[in-house]
Amino acid sequence: MTTGIDLQGSFIKSLIDLGLPAGAAKAVWMPVPMVLMLIGATVGVLVTIWQERKISAAAQQRIGPEFMGPFGLLSPVADGIKFVFKEDIIPAKSDPWLFTLGPIIVVLPVFLSYLIVPFGENLAVTNVATGVFLWIALSSVQPIGLLMSGYASNNKYSLLGGLRAAAQSISYEIPLALAVLAVVMMSNSLSSIDIVEQQSGYGIFGWNVWRQPIGFLIFWISALAECERMPFDLPEAEEELVAGYQTEYSGMKFALYYVASYVNLVLSALLVTVLYLGGWESPIPIELLAGWLGISETSPWLEIADASLGITMTVLKAYFLVFTAILLRWTVPRVRIDQLLDLGWKFLLPVSLANLLLTAALKLAFPAAFGG
Amino acid sequence: MFVLSGYEYLLGFLLVCSLVPALALSASKLLRPSGGGPERRTTYESGVEPIGGAWIQFNIRYYMFALVFVIFDVETVFLYPWAVAFHRLGLLAFVEALIFIAILVVALVYAWRKGALEWS
Repeated sequence: MTTGIDLQGSFIKSLIDLGLPAGAAKAVWMPVPMVLMLIGATVGVLVTIWQERKISAAAQQRIGPEFMGPFGLLSPVADGIKFVFKEDIIPAKSDPWLFTLGPIIVVLPVFLSYLIVPFGENLAVTNVATGVFLWIALSSVQPIGLLMSGYASNNKYSLLGGLRAAAQSISYEIPLALAVLAVVMMSNSLSSIDIVEQQSGYGIFGWNVWRQPIGFLIFWISALAECERMPFDLPEAEEELVAGYQTEYSGMKFALYYVASYVNLVLSALLVTVLYLGGWESPIPIELLAGWLGISETSPWLEIADASLGITMTVLKAYFLVFTAILLRWTVPRVRIDQLLDLGWKFLLPVSLANLLLTAALKLAFPAAFGG
Repeated sequence: MFVLSGYEYLLGFLLVCSLVPALALSASKLLRPSGGGPERRTTYESGVEPIGGAWIQFNIRYYMFALVFVIFDVETVFLYPWAVAFHRLGLLAFVEALIFIAILVVALVYAWRKGALEWS
């Protein structure tokens, strides 16, 4: 088992060799992964928006964006530029402070959750011990922002949309947390890196999706509901509530909501990858491939290849999930609010509790197969 | 400086992430047009004159869901340490968790039968 590439170690070491004290070298390193992750997240959003347009177009037998850049790749950038130049309208009867704070509170925790997304053994911003639990905590902050903007707009549609959004996210948070809990039980750790390592070694057969098929489905359904993706996009059901809590928003504040929803989608796909689809592990273990090709496991080239393969694998798996989410949007009709809450409380919650107990029982019966 | 190691990155990342809304809103503030009449700032109500405000006494239908949510959220928080340490605890912990979850399932069934899980 290779330990993977250690960028942080070699970066800090080279700075110390240049004559910097160790503390300063660490301080210089600290913002590097953060900024890279933030840029990665933003680019990921732009790609997802483009992908959504192209796939939607293909689903409806249209061409989709084609003039802005090659294959319309720059159309999300054009969107962004347009948003920057749009006037910012704050309704006269609204509460201007809460109105501005709402989108900020929605967008911050979503970006912050990228803290725990690993792209390789040492390719994460940091390996916090609370890992996925931190993500669950951060995702609970978002409904406050939605409720805040719904209330602050002083608009009936916004209020109803905000209330719906909050009801929806609290209904699906518990099945989500319980599905994560079953995975945590198998890896004996909350750290996202440990969760991936526990799935390594057997290639595609080691992934959690085989041992947690019910958990995988619960997690993906709940994650789509938390993102307010199409079968569950009630808070902004346009034929009932105009645009829900976003009704009064324009310009950059609307863009923040727009970005937050796509970042959330990519983040959910990445977390499904980490929790159930083996994270950065490739379907065929890389040690096996190296053995076939006759490369020594400790060669530096293998380390670099391993790291880039890990990033590619994570991104590929996540974008496959994003692709399924976009296809779902065009194949599944929107549910009603009572159906949505019934699905959450009367189906997913009991099933996720049963899944948790089943995992515990199986772990007692077959400790070797379920993480010892 | 930090009691828990690794969390200085959380604080740092929070600062880096808050650059996103800060930059976005301030860049747009420099570039966007301003002005316009008072009509522009009226509340949107499908194009007609708005009747009354939204800050009224309002029946928040899902408050029962919020109550049930608090119960099950606390349950989940209690179960997290159990799940992480489960490999060391064995059968007894499983039975204990079974009893704990059974009590809460009774509560769920009660709330269900009482109609707390109905939207209307």
